[in-house]
Amino acid sequence: MTLLNRGRLITLLGLASLAGVYVRALAFTPTERLQGAAQKIYYLHVPAAIWTETAMILVGVAGVFYLFLHDARLDRFAAASAEVGTVFATIVLTTGPIWGKPIWGTWWTWDARLTSMLLLFFLYVGYLLLRGAVADPELRARYSAVLGICGAALVPFIHFSVYFFPTLHPQPIILKPSAPSLPWSMLVTWLYALAAFTLLYIGFVVQRYALSLARDAAGGAERAHG
Amino acid sequence: MRELVTQAWIVARKDLVLEFRTRTALFSAVVFTALVLVVFNFGRDPTAVATIDLAPSILWVTFTFAAMLTLNRAFQLELENQALEGLLVAPLSRASLYWGKLLANLVFVAVVEAVGLPLFVLFFNVPVAHVLGPLVGVIALATVGFVAVGTLFSALLIRLRFAELMLPVLLLPFLIPPLVAAVQVTAHLLGGRPLSEVAGWLRLLAAYDVTFVSLATVLFRYTVDE
Repeated sequence: MTLLNRGRLITLLGLASLAGVYVRALAFTPTERLQGAAQKIYYLHVPAAIWTETAMILVGVAGVFYLFLHDARLDRFAAASAEVGTVFATIVLTTGPIWGKPIWGTWWTWDARLTSMLLLFFLYVGYLLLRGAVADPELRARYSAVLGICGAALVPFIHFSVYFFPTLHPQPIILKPSAPSLPWSMLVTWLYALAAFTLLYIGFVVQRYALSLARDAAGGAERAHG
Repeated sequence: MRELVTQAWIVARKDLVLEFRTRTALFSAVVFTALVLVVFNFGRDPTAVATIDLAPSILWVTFTFAAMLTLNRAFQLELENQALEGLLVAPLSRASLYWGKLLANLVFVAVVEAVGLPLFVLFFNVPVAHVLGPLVGVIALATVGFVAVGTLFSALLIRLRFAELMLPVLLLPFLIPPLVAAVQVTAHLLGGRPLSEVAGWLRLLAAYDVTFVSLATVLFRYTVDE
């Protein structure tokens, strides 16, 4: 099986489990008492947010290894991870306001968490802009590795600013120092959702990686003939 | 370490001598800062919002713009007559080249801020005499963070087209965490609150400075080498 098809298969699996998550979240998981149906968005919002941050950190890790090993595969992975991270950041930034309108009464507020996710989104956009601005593949890989490492180093600063800032955003209820404080059935649904998003991340990245591989091959062939 | 500091000082002195002899860039940056403060004056309604509520934002937005404007200059200077190539073959370590540029940029931005702060006090009638020490301290902390990342990015972008436009786009997401911290601390200081209330923000600023100065020192050589 080609790499592209493998990526498609994983994405398909991810989409199927996402559909399963919808069914489980809507029909088989209790509705939260205060927030009602709006709370269901949590099962999409939080896994997407986790993968948005993780994808940026993986871009940075790939950058560190690239600077040592000069392996083009690492750069391709970083580019793929950044693009998928941008998509996930967009998911977070669109599901958030959909939840915020009924619960907070406003689509957007300059809350620390919203702002930090927006910053992460801009960080991704900047990274992709830089990649687009450098024509030479070797220079592009090196420059974007530097920016990716800085971006990954910024993630904890963005993340921890939450704890100092007065915030309207619900506090973390799973990823916190003490034990998760939600009913077991909700936690299971959430874990399914996290697994679905993990599959989607891998599937998207593999497809994007295969695409840049094909693009490089086509570019190489063009150069050889031109 | 000693050699690093000596070499950095030589690079910084070269830049500063060049700057203070021509004075064009420095003078423009100072005038720009004054103009931003003037523009802010027309962008507010003093009868609706007390100046003291707006003061921290005015101060920090002005400093951020001024810093960003001046950071482009550091490496642009070296593009003429291939001066950068000369610097790169000089018997200097890359780290000391970075520190030299960092130092020169810090002095440059500090001069701009030293003019900007009294003008801010004058234009907006904000009494700062009683908190001058801590205020200068927090300005210094935030400025080190701004300039550390900015110097690295200006080196990264220098050979690209639209470098002047790309720098703010890449840099601003990085400046926002220290900016938020600086605004919070400044607001507390001007409001006559004790520094102990903002210890978290000060720690964030210090951690940011340490992280990004060290990271940029290591990463710098990947931005200038051909």
